[in-house]
Amino acid sequence: MAAHSSELIAHDIDEYLHRHQHKGLLRFIACGSVDDGKSTLIGRLLYESQLVFDDQLAALEADSKKVGTQGGDLDFALLLDGLSAEREQGITIDVAYRFFSTETRKFIVADTPGHEQYTRNMVTGASTADVAVILVDARKGLLTQTRRHSYLVSLIGVTSVVLAINKMDLVGFDRDVFDRIEADYRDFAGQLGITDITCIPLSALRGDNVTEPSPHTPWYTGPTFMQHLETVAVDDLAHARPMRMPVQWVNRPNLDFRGFSGTVVSGTVQPGMRVKALPSGVESTVKRVVTMDGDLNDAQAHQAVTLTLTDEIDVSRGDVLCDAASPCEVADTFAAHIVWMHEDPLTPERPYLVKIGTRTVAATIATPHHRVDVNTLDHVPAATLHLNEIGLCTVSLDRGVPFDPYAVNHETGGFIVIDRITNTTVAAGLIERATRTASNVHWQATSVDQPARTRLKGHEPALVWFTGLSGAGKSTIADLVERRLNAAGVHTYMLDGDNVRHGLNRDLGFDDAARVENIRRVAEVGALMVDSGLVVLASFISPFRDDRRLARERVAAGRFVEVFVDAPLDVAEERDPKGLYAKARRGEIAGFTGIDSPYEAPEAPEVHLRTHRLTPEQAVDAVVAALRERGLIPGD
Amino acid sequence: MRYWPQPVTPEPAHVTTTAAPAVDAGRLTHLQRLEAESIHIMREAVSESERPVMLYSIGKDSSVMLHLARKAFYPAPLPFPLLHVDTTWKFREMYAFRERVARELDGELLVHINPDAQARGINPFDHGSALHTDLWKTEGLKQALEHHRFDLAFGGARRDEEKSRAKERVFSLRSAQHQWDPKRQRPELWRLYNARRSPGESVRVFPLSNWTELDVWQYIWLEDIPIVPLYFSKPRPVVERDGLLIMVDDDRLPLAPGETPRQVSVRFRTLGCYPLTGAVESTADTLTGIIQEMLLTTSSERQGRAIDHDSSGSMERKKQEGYF
Repeated sequence: MAAHSSELIAHDIDEYLHRHQHKGLLRFIACGSVDDGKSTLIGRLLYESQLVFDDQLAALEADSKKVGTQGGDLDFALLLDGLSAEREQGITIDVAYRFFSTETRKFIVADTPGHEQYTRNMVTGASTADVAVILVDARKGLLTQTRRHSYLVSLIGVTSVVLAINKMDLVGFDRDVFDRIEADYRDFAGQLGITDITCIPLSALRGDNVTEPSPHTPWYTGPTFMQHLETVAVDDLAHARPMRMPVQWVNRPNLDFRGFSGTVVSGTVQPGMRVKALPSGVESTVKRVVTMDGDLNDAQAHQAVTLTLTDEIDVSRGDVLCDAASPCEVADTFAAHIVWMHEDPLTPERPYLVKIGTRTVAATIATPHHRVDVNTLDHVPAATLHLNEIGLCTVSLDRGVPFDPYAVNHETGGFIVIDRITNTTVAAGLIERATRTASNVHWQATSVDQPARTRLKGHEPALVWFTGLSGAGKSTIADLVERRLNAAGVHTYMLDGDNVRHGLNRDLGFDDAARVENIRRVAEVGALMVDSGLVVLASFISPFRDDRRLARERVAAGRFVEVFVDAPLDVAEERDPKGLYAKARRGEIAGFTGIDSPYEAPEAPEVHLRTHRLTPEQAVDAVVAALRERGLIPGD
Repeated sequence: MRYWPQPVTPEPAHVTTTAAPAVDAGRLTHLQRLEAESIHIMREAVSESERPVMLYSIGKDSSVMLHLARKAFYPAPLPFPLLHVDTTWKFREMYAFRERVARELDGELLVHINPDAQARGINPFDHGSALHTDLWKTEGLKQALEHHRFDLAFGGARRDEEKSRAKERVFSLRSAQHQWDPKRQRPELWRLYNARRSPGESVRVFPLSNWTELDVWQYIWLEDIPIVPLYFSKPRPVVERDGLLIMVDDDRLPLAPGETPRQVSVRFRTLGCYPLTGAVESTADTLTGIIQEMLLTTSSERQGRAIDHDSSGSMERKKQEGYF
């Protein structure tokens, strides 16, 4: 600490404590390797802030002579050694947390090594950092390692970067060297979306521009390293975002008190605020913000509090209390960046656990869409993810969870992946976006929802799915059903191969993957139309059970009516209204259902029409009757 | 409660220059952030365990941890008992303080004494500090955790105490043999802690991980937290052993022929078994006096602990064996 601080401590300790008490907190991550002088820089920060005591200093002097790399001079890096295994290897292999404070702030430093295999540690350290310090050796300029560090910093969303250009003493404090590295870096980092960059010329070893401006760099007019850390404004995402509080613990000491304990991870909460509990979607109003020190007028991001509500609503651990005016989304399938952190690689589709906020749910992770090469930033194909690899994956949960995209809110968009057998944390995840919303929860706070739209229609919405072989009579029957419904005042729409293949799905071919995608899109569009209040008639061969199940799951239970239009193959082939069977038999169409591609018949369709034994009118009667029985359309 | 809970407190009128940085104005102070983080950790730990316990050592860090726990679960009582692993060699003032805490506690304080060590009469004079610590503390702790089938234990350790602790996790997994394996520790991101464990395994949780010694003292001062009077200086009978000032707390301390304790004004920076805990000469008999002395002092907190002097890396070895 500076001399005047010691004086204050000696003469007016009360005043010193008052000042110390008002210090803010800054957490930063230091990225770089031993070669860059990272440990030396951090060691010097500790030394300069007088956190090194005489006994430690004596040990440091002895160690510096014994194993130091500075020819007997103090080797500050030795202050940081932790585990003896590492001491033997001469490298740090994990995240270490260091502490120091100055007149204005307390600092927590996540000290992480820069070697390629330690992406895991850097991501871990960056997850709680406000600022990232990236070290480069002035003699070497930007290295692959610098790019890797910068990518990881941008991935984790640390927006404020210090480029510490170290070892300036070894390039004669040459301004041109500094300027060139700075320009290169701004160019590169800009591509990653990093714009808040401060470049500082340093010699950590000699102390130039660490705490005091260096006489060797008269051309540099910016802050010293320490000055910058003391004054950098932290653009704290958490304060700017809508209120979120994942519920940790239901506080119920007696029948008269029911509070929800948790940390406000973003925004501000105060009594009278309208809040929504997700995923249930139930709303209430904050009654009190309770702490042992008395009720608060408000609680801001990072505060740990207990909220009571004006209504007795069902809230439990894992739920998120949100600003009702701006709630989280709820979804069960995400596109997410996954950082794999374990020696055993990702097994796609194997069950894992995902912990997001205070909720732990079962999850599967699909084969990566791509892996990111952290050195080149290229997207490369990958069948799995190994330790320290990062990929974009689809993550499916066994139920809908409240979330925000990671870029919007780190606390509600970041998750960890846990192995179900070993219980160890195997990966970190960052949600990009939901890829489908949970179908079994009504979470959307729109003022006009599906029930409101339905009230105008006079009937319930439904997705009536006609499946069967080509030529079985799907289109004929669907068309007749639509006419009958239209006449009865039911709002309908027909989706069939013709009207989707020519527009929405014209980019799709007829191989298996394209067929699956074809049906997926139809199911999504059908679900939207159901939400809008329509009775949707979808007429597709849709030969695979899995695809039809996917369509069924897109809409609420009871709104999916599967109609199996069942004609024996020989009957369908004889009808052959489009001449397709003939072509398939001649080998002009490959993969034709019933000929050289299987049709998986429904096991329990809502309606089973054996068209070769029914007239079209009888078939239509059966479908309409099924809709009536389910209360989807009014009775006669 | 002088400066809690509102984050912004007007500066006292007599302050003309202030170091309070405008850049962080309106935000939580570093102590408020630390407090909130500790509360968050405790709530996670309790929610993700079946039989949690808080290890209570009677020292200042335990006092702070207990205070934070009361805050975390207020207005409910503590959802776990406290456990003191007793060596029978603590200072008498520590025992008096423990009884006071037990009386005032809205909950249970368990005391475990290793019956094996008791039967063998283990003491630091005849058996050495290493065996003494191993049997009374390390073995005693294992026995107590197994006896009560606790699956999660809070400890008051801080990362700033010792080099090897800088990398310790907040949630630290221990095997069924209570061993700590550096390779099996889990990455901790954001506020997400993983307390899941297999049968037999347990988790040690350190809510004060990110606190420094100064933070602890400042918090004690701000929150008026009671601590053992041994932290305050007063004339006490001491003898010098291996460069440490050892207090003659009872007649179990063997005196050499002709050796007579001196009355010296001393206090303790850390508390443990009295024959193993060195006092520092001091006149600081108030909290601010202690903090003042600590800030101006030139030796680290653990210097007074005989256990660290064994050899470099000894703390790490003890941790692998199950010592906190």
